[in-house]
Formats: sequence, C-alpha cells, structure tokens
Amino acid sequence: MKRTRHAPAPSAARPWIRRPEPALAAVLLLVAASFASLDLHIAEFLSADNLAAAGRFSAELLHPALDPGFVAKVGDAALETLAMSALGTALAAVAGLLIARLAPTVRPLLNVLRSVPELVWASLLLIAVGLGPFAGTLALALHTTGVLGRLYLETFENLPPEAAFALRSAGASATQIFCYAELPQALPQLVSYTVYRWENNIRAAAVLGVVGAGGLGQMLAFHLQLFQLGRASTVILAMLVLVAVVDAGSALLRARLA
Amino acid sequence: MNAPARHHDPALPGRLCSALIGLAVLAWALHLTEFAPGVLFEAAAQRETLRFLASFVPPRLDGGFLRDVLPAAWRTLAIATCGVTLAWLAAVPAALLLTRVLSFSALGRPGRDSSVFARALRTLVRWLMVFLRSVPELVWALLLVRVVGLGAAAGVFAIAITYAGMLAKVYAEILESAPAAPTLALLHHGAGRVQAVLFGLLPQCADELISYTVYRWECAVRSSVVLGMVGAGGLGQMLEGSMKMFAGDEVATLLLVFVLLVALADLLSAWLRRAWA
Repeated sequence: MKRTRHAPAPSAARPWIRRPEPALAAVLLLVAASFASLDLHIAEFLSADNLAAAGRFSAELLHPALDPGFVAKVGDAALETLAMSALGTALAAVAGLLIARLAPTVRPLLNVLRSVPELVWASLLLIAVGLGPFAGTLALALHTTGVLGRLYLETFENLPPEAAFALRSAGASATQIFCYAELPQALPQLVSYTVYRWENNIRAAAVLGVVGAGGLGQMLAFHLQLFQLGRASTVILAMLVLVAVVDAGSALLRARLA
Repeated sequence: MNAPARHHDPALPGRLCSALIGLAVLAWALHLTEFAPGVLFEAAAQRETLRFLASFVPPRLDGGFLRDVLPAAWRTLAIATCGVTLAWLAAVPAALLLTRVLSFSALGRPGRDSSVFARALRTLVRWLMVFLRSVPELVWALLLVRVVGLGAAAGVFAIAITYAGMLAKVYAEILESAPAAPTLALLHHGAGRVQAVLFGLLPQCADELISYTVYRWECAVRSSVVLGMVGAGGLGQMLEGSMKMFAGDEVATLLLVFVLLVALADLLSAWLRRAWA
C-alpha cells in the first residue's frame, strides 16, 4: 500500500469495481437472499385474523387517554426526556471540544463511541448506574461525544490557518490562539453541528427509556406491556409534539445564527 | 460629570444574563435527569461494573457461540435489507406523486399550478409520509410486536414504514431540485410520465438518489440491531440476553461483530457508490 490516500483508484487493475452490472447483481442477490432467509410469514401477516387484530389495535390507539392526571404524568416524562437530550448533548459538546483540542490522537476512541448505538450504551450503563434517566443521559452523552468529537475535529482541521499563524508569530500562547483565532472562526459551525445533534438526540431520548432509561420511552414500554393502548397512544403523541417543538426551536436558532 | 469606565463592555449585562439563565436551566436539567455522578464512584457499583468489564476480556470466540452469532449477524443484515427494499417500493411512487415537475395538470398553465385535485392528493401524500417518519422505528416495532408477535416481520415492517417516509421526502426533494427543463420538454412533446422520469429526471439525479439510498441502508443496519433488542431477533436479541446474564465475554464478541458488520456495510456502500458514480 504505497499509494497515498487521495490517489485515483486503480480502476485499470479492477475494472469490475467501477461497473454498475456487478454492483446491481450484488444488490439483487443480497435482497433475494434476505427475503429468502427471513421467516416473514407475509401470508400469515395478511390473514383475516391478523388484520382484524390490527384493526382493533389501531382503533384503540385512536383513542388516546386524556384524563388530566395522566396527561400531567406524560408532561413530566416529556420534560425528563427533554432534559436528558439537552444535558446529554451539552456534556458531549464539552467532552467533544476537549477531545478535539487537547487529545486529537484519540480518534479511534471516538469511532468506538460512535459506532455503538445509544440504546446499547444505555443498556450497558444500566449495570453501572441503575435504572433511570441518569443512565439515559450518560448513554446519549457517550454516543454523541463520538459524533461531535469527530465533527469538531474536522472543523478545526479545516479552519483557514492564517489567523492562528498571525497570533502565533506575534507570540500568543496556545490558549490565546484558541480563544481569539480558532474559536471565533469555528463557532458558527460548532453550534450548528451541536444543534443538529440535539435534534437527533431528542428522538433518541424519546425511545431510550424502552430499556429502562427513563423519560417517555419508559412510559411507552410500560403501558404497551400492559396493553393499555390508549395511554401508549398519548405517550406517542407527546413524543411527536416534543420532536416537533424541538425541530421548530432549532430551526429558529439556526436561522438566527445563519 | 462622571468619567466613563475605561473597559466598559457594552455586551456584559446581556452575557451575564444569559449565563445566569443557562445555569438555572442546567441546574433544572440536572435535577430532572437525577444526575448523580457519585453513583459511578460508589464502591459497590464500581466493583460490579469493573467485574462486568473485566469479563469482557477475552471475548468468547469458541465455535459453538460463533455458530450462533453468525446467523444472528446475517439476520440483522437481512432485516435491514428487507426493510429498506419494502421502504423503497413504497417511497418511489410516493416520491413521484410528490414531484411537482411531473404534474400533467400544471402543463401549459401560467405559474405552473396543478389542479385542485392534484394538489390535494399531493398534500395528503406529504402528510402521510411526515406521519410515517415522525414515529421512531423503535416505537413502530414495539407496536408491531403487539400485532404480529415477536419475529423478523416486526423489525422489517418497522424499518419499512419509517424509511418509506424518509426516502419519499428526500427523493422528492432531489427530483425537485434538478433542472426542470428537460423533463418539461419531454412532457410538452407528449412523453408519458414514466418516459419523463426515465429520460428527463433520472439521468440528472441517479447518483444522488443511489448514494442517499445506500446511506439509508447503512443507517438501517445500525437500527436493525436496536430493533433486535425489542424482539426482532438477530444480534440485538443476543446482546440483550447476554447482558441480562452479565456474560461480558459474549457481550464483547457481539459488540465486535456489530462493529464489523457496520464496517462491512460501509465497504459495500462505498463500492455501490463508486460503481454508479
């Protein structure tokens, strides 16, 4: 492997790699093998019994439980989810910034943090910190540190070097260079990445509770287990509202920053 | 007359104010999430965690276990692939319905506005797609498990439903963002919609469409693991089981296999993108 990373691909040596036919064949093969190997039971799935059950199920879902006591509880869980996502993102932003500036050699660690999904982190953390929103917050923070750390690293790497260079030649310290050259240049990009991840994390936080990590997800799993579909449906509605509110908020924030 | 302070910062009150508000919100969030980092350092919890982490090494790699893990990994991949295939089958017609350039009733009208019926249909499809993708796939899976029982079907349809909404939206956006002139020229000369798509839109957008679809497939592989944890089977289910048993060596193997699977999906998608680009 003497070739540099940006050298053109050796397409002459392996011409099939640039041709669509083998790729198309591979895709079709993968799809056919997938359908053949899974026990999908589509016929059973569409049987009269099953469709009737699905109908009953949907009818119950269409009647969300709206008694004030329950709605208040859902509201509390929604706030918990919101706090989990915000705090998880904030912790990850701080950790990501520290890693991006002080320890850029730990890139492989970031890859590991990122490639394990939040939900898997959450179920691992339940062992360390027990059930509840704290485990969920930490899980979000760990996964998001992987994502934001890498995005921040790339942002700093892509900054135009002139400002930092000018300060360095004038004898500024590393801290001064960071505060007066790098941070002001990188900030809009960093904020935009962070807000984008927060949007993702509100969705993730909503379902993290399914493994016991607090918030709306925990309520949803609980009521579905008891087949209280009306209540489950209220929780799902709350998730939709929460995500819509956060999306609108972050769109506003981004429009103001742009 | 008072001399103005020498280093008066006009932004100071505003910044102080937002810092205070930020701290208050932070304190509230810490309270709501029952934030207690102390738990991490309690002797009992730490012993438990360390014992669990220590059991990660060495990962369990004996033949019997691997014979269970490999089919599970394939199942995870297959659930993602079937889900995305079904999603694609639903998303293509929806995206074509959503694409305004292909509207017949708008042809030859100044301002290019479709008929009332066409606009109503488009709005309906758009809202349906928004609904499909707004409910997270894990929630769809939890609901479907109640209807169809545990098994691959719940995972496949959960991915199919959510991803249909996402693919349709992005496909329509890609098709709309392409220059409309070739498509309109075809339609004005009597081409059908299918011809207009094949010869007007696809040549301009194929790269982008393929690369987005492949990216979504990668996402589906990740999400398929998580769906396994709520009953779709595959790696996620094994992971859940091994964690409940505190079998760290099995968890380590499963996580390794999962990371390898994601890397494999990355490689495959890089190849697909290159083949069509």
